[in-house]
Amino acid sequence: MNEPVPVHPAPVPVLALGDILLVSLQGELHDGLAEQLQQDLSHRIATTGVSGVVIDISGVDIVDSFLGRVLAEIASTARLLAARTVLAGMRPAVAITLVELGLVLPGLTTALDVDRAMEVLSQRGR
Amino acid sequence: MMQPSGQASATTVPVGSDADLAWVRQQVRQCAAALGFGLVQQTKLVTAASELARNTLVHGGGGHAEITPLDNGHARGLRMSFVDSGPGIRDLELAMTDGYTSGGGLGLGLSGARRLVQEFSVETEPGRGTTVTAVAWVTQVPASRSGLG
Ligand SMILES: Nc1ncnc2c1ncn2[C@@H]1O[C@H](COP(=O)(O)OP(=O)(O)OP(=O)(O)O)[C@@H](O)[C@H]1O
Ligand SMILES: [Mg+2]
Repeated sequence: MNEPVPVHPAPVPVLALGDILLVSLQGELHDGLAEQLQQDLSHRIATTGVSGVVIDISGVDIVDSFLGRVLAEIASTARLLAARTVLAGMRPAVAITLVELGLVLPGLTTALDVDRAMEVLSQRGR
Repeated sequence: MMQPSGQASATTVPVGSDADLAWVRQQVRQCAAALGFGLVQQTKLVTAASELARNTLVHGGGGHAEITPLDNGHARGLRMSFVDSGPGIRDLELAMTDGYTSGGGLGLGLSGARRLVQEFSVETEPGRGTTVTAVAWVTQVPASRSGLG
């Protein structure tokens, strides 16, 4: 049968966990998808009034300047919408590469994994 | 080593869309892993490739990437060239400066990619295009000390 070729890759799922939105990024993220996520998340934050966003990047094998900038912009936008963002699970090889690239993402809160990210948000959110 | 010496065949990947960037990253990753690059070096190579291919797409108006495995008899390596026939770079020194961007970028692509590889060169001519070539060699890491019987 003629399977239609998807023009856009599947959108990134956003889970609502109580007062927090959880996004898990996996593998290859096309530029367009990253930008779409930025818009989706901003809308979700504004309409639901969540206090925090956790972005799990443990499944991401590279972060380049484009994705780095999108992540930083998500955090800035969330802050303006009264939510805090924690970037969770960055792989060591990715961290080493980002520093060498010169992209240190100031202002982005990080945690080693999603559980710890949730902890950070619940402590600060009080 | 087991592989035949000399230069194995190059892989050419078009760079004309977002999806092509993903394909370039995947090809570089596969090739680097097959050559024996460690995880950190692989990550650096794929990241550099992503930056340079995006420049080819965004600033150069598209082009292609050429990924070539190398073997100089002592070490294996990977060469990646990013070729476009776009506007070229007028002031290369400026373009290579951390933080310089002619658009809305962070200006880290070129300067950052250079730091992620061992050899780096740019050929560019205004109005004719740009070719950026990056080479990395597999670093010989002493065998893991754990689990030696
Ligand atoms: N292939 C190319 N053709 C023409 N100009 C280029 C090319 N590659 C880079 N440049 C020029 O060099 C500048 C610096 O490139 P660099 O990749 O460092 O930053 P950027 O692409 O502007 O931003 P970033 O990569 O951080 O998102 C670009 O803004 C552009 O003017
Ligand atoms: Mg760039």
